[in-house]
Amino acid sequence: MIRLETFIGNYLKRRENVSSPFWIMVRKEISDQIRSWRFIVLLSLIVLTFLGATLVAMGNIREVVSEVKDTDNLFLYLKLLTTTEGSLPPFHVFLSFLGPLLGIGLGFDAINSEQQRGTLIRIMAQPVYRDNFLLSKFVSALILVGVLLLTLTMLMVGSGIILTGILITPEEILRILGYLFVCIVYIGFWLGLSIFLSIRFKQATTSALTGIGIWLFFTVFYQIIVNLTVKSLMPDAYRLSDAALLRYNELAMDLLRLAPSQLYTDATTTLLMPAVRSLGPITMEQMVGAIPSPLPFMQSLMIVWPQVSGLVSVTLALFALSYYLFMRREIRS
Amino acid sequence: MFEPIIELKGLSKYYGRFKAVDRLDLTVKKGEIFGLLGPNGAGKTTTILMALGLTEPSSGTVYVCGHNATKAPIDVKRKVGYLPDSVSFYDDMTAIENLIYIGELNGMTRSDARERALEMLRTVGLEEAFYNKKTATYSRGMKQRLGLAEVLLKRPEIIILDEPTLGLDPSGVKSFLELILHLNRNQGLTVLLSSHHLHQVQKVCDRVGIFVKGELITEGNINSLSDNLFTGSSYEVHVTLKERINMSWQHEQELLLLKGVQKISTENDSIDITCNADVTPDIVRFFVDNGYDVMGVQRKEYGLEDIYQKYFETSITENISV
Repeated sequence: MIRLETFIGNYLKRRENVSSPFWIMVRKEISDQIRSWRFIVLLSLIVLTFLGATLVAMGNIREVVSEVKDTDNLFLYLKLLTTTEGSLPPFHVFLSFLGPLLGIGLGFDAINSEQQRGTLIRIMAQPVYRDNFLLSKFVSALILVGVLLLTLTMLMVGSGIILTGILITPEEILRILGYLFVCIVYIGFWLGLSIFLSIRFKQATTSALTGIGIWLFFTVFYQIIVNLTVKSLMPDAYRLSDAALLRYNELAMDLLRLAPSQLYTDATTTLLMPAVRSLGPITMEQMVGAIPSPLPFMQSLMIVWPQVSGLVSVTLALFALSYYLFMRREIRS
Repeated sequence: MFEPIIELKGLSKYYGRFKAVDRLDLTVKKGEIFGLLGPNGAGKTTTILMALGLTEPSSGTVYVCGHNATKAPIDVKRKVGYLPDSVSFYDDMTAIENLIYIGELNGMTRSDARERALEMLRTVGLEEAFYNKKTATYSRGMKQRLGLAEVLLKRPEIIILDEPTLGLDPSGVKSFLELILHLNRNQGLTVLLSSHHLHQVQKVCDRVGIFVKGELITEGNINSLSDNLFTGSSYEVHVTLKERINMSWQHEQELLLLKGVQKISTENDSIDITCNADVTPDIVRFFVDNGYDVMGVQRKEYGLEDIYQKYFETSITENISV
């Protein structure tokens, strides 16, 4: 028993003093990011948006709450995150187009700037694995994003508790954590994309522009293109049966869901609004006998499971692609 | 003391159809300073990167300290310090912070790394006032010294320096090379350095290899090198006369009979004579005795610089014509 204790003690002592090269790199990356102007700019952008959205929600919360009849299912904090008066979109919608900017901003020069400066080859000449370097870039930015969003949300919940005196329910905690997870994965997707571009392109500006281009394509043009395509495929709407119309509608939705921002919006809306029961059109037959009450967390999660797994898998696929590219890369500057 | 520490066998690297390194065989012995010399684009850096396992060879093997550099690069990198040709550091970190980071990546604790970093900064002779300055403010020479401190930080068995004298002023080159020599003699470090300035590094290298267009032309002790390349014909005498000389010059055969003279070429009023010994007085006497008016005599001696020039210029002109 004593031996076991000394063993554990020694192990902990070792852990304390000598971290693995991977965590040393992560630590260095995080401190670099925090001290950079770029992060301060992105941070203030996100914080301002969050404050704006929350203040608007706080201003309207009285009206929204007074409409709720079932006080067991108040979901005050979810409402704080989603309520809006129309002038400013709620925070999670804001994040669907600010998130990509955050991801691209944190990753667009991850590899190529180090290669250009000649620091990459110095690090690679140390006894560290190449993939650890890449992973440290990804993980450090994700940790930053995660801490940032978690802090903001906790601040919001904390001030809500102080102002209203209403405690947060476990259901809400689960939903908010789920929402944060989706946010981090969504930003992780854009981060993975920008790191991939930073390996692919030697100039940081090229990779930044390409990243922004892809982001604009998905936020602005993709919807237009999908709508146009489906409309041109669809015969005259008046002659179609309801079932056929529904099929075309579903086709359009499916195509839209190829865009990560759509997956993100679907997932966060469902998680933050327990009243949302379906992400597509529902027929009257399906609604018959349904009780108009909020869904439990697990049921909401079931609805968005495909969206969440889609986001996670596309993020992992992008990272795997960058990994493949980086491992075979000539690293001389 | 013949203990091979770096062994390259049949090492080749192709970029598409371009041969960067072509079937290179090279052995570096423990404790020596080996100079890899060659013009730009000769494949020196590629060879070094393959020795570190940073680039995969197209064929052939590299063994460094008994480890296969391609298959076990981490083991090699633990024992080899590498200074790239363009040293650069994280600009927003101080010299000490840069070194501590590298030390930690090599498995030192933070406090060990700091201690070792200070020790190494003193060894390479960097002024103490600069230890806590950001490296963005460093001059080229200081960066080079800081780079050397970083290389030594991990207690390497071998240090590989890629163009260490590049961009340094003459006094900087001198003191930097003295530092390397000092480390080699006192700490028994094996040094592999590459350069395209033969005269800068010939003082410190125990052996050199001349490397042109991916091939090792010759290697060996610096003194024996000229004998290998220019067996015999190492002097050239250039004589200018007052009168013009005809195409069929009657004294040519007689001059060739002189001891040591190997080749004669004439053009208008000047004669180039190649010989394997310094027979300049005999040649002058020959012309005077035969009644020629000698206007000038120049004696040219082949040095290492000429050997080098010869190889390098041919490769450079070929590169331009391609």
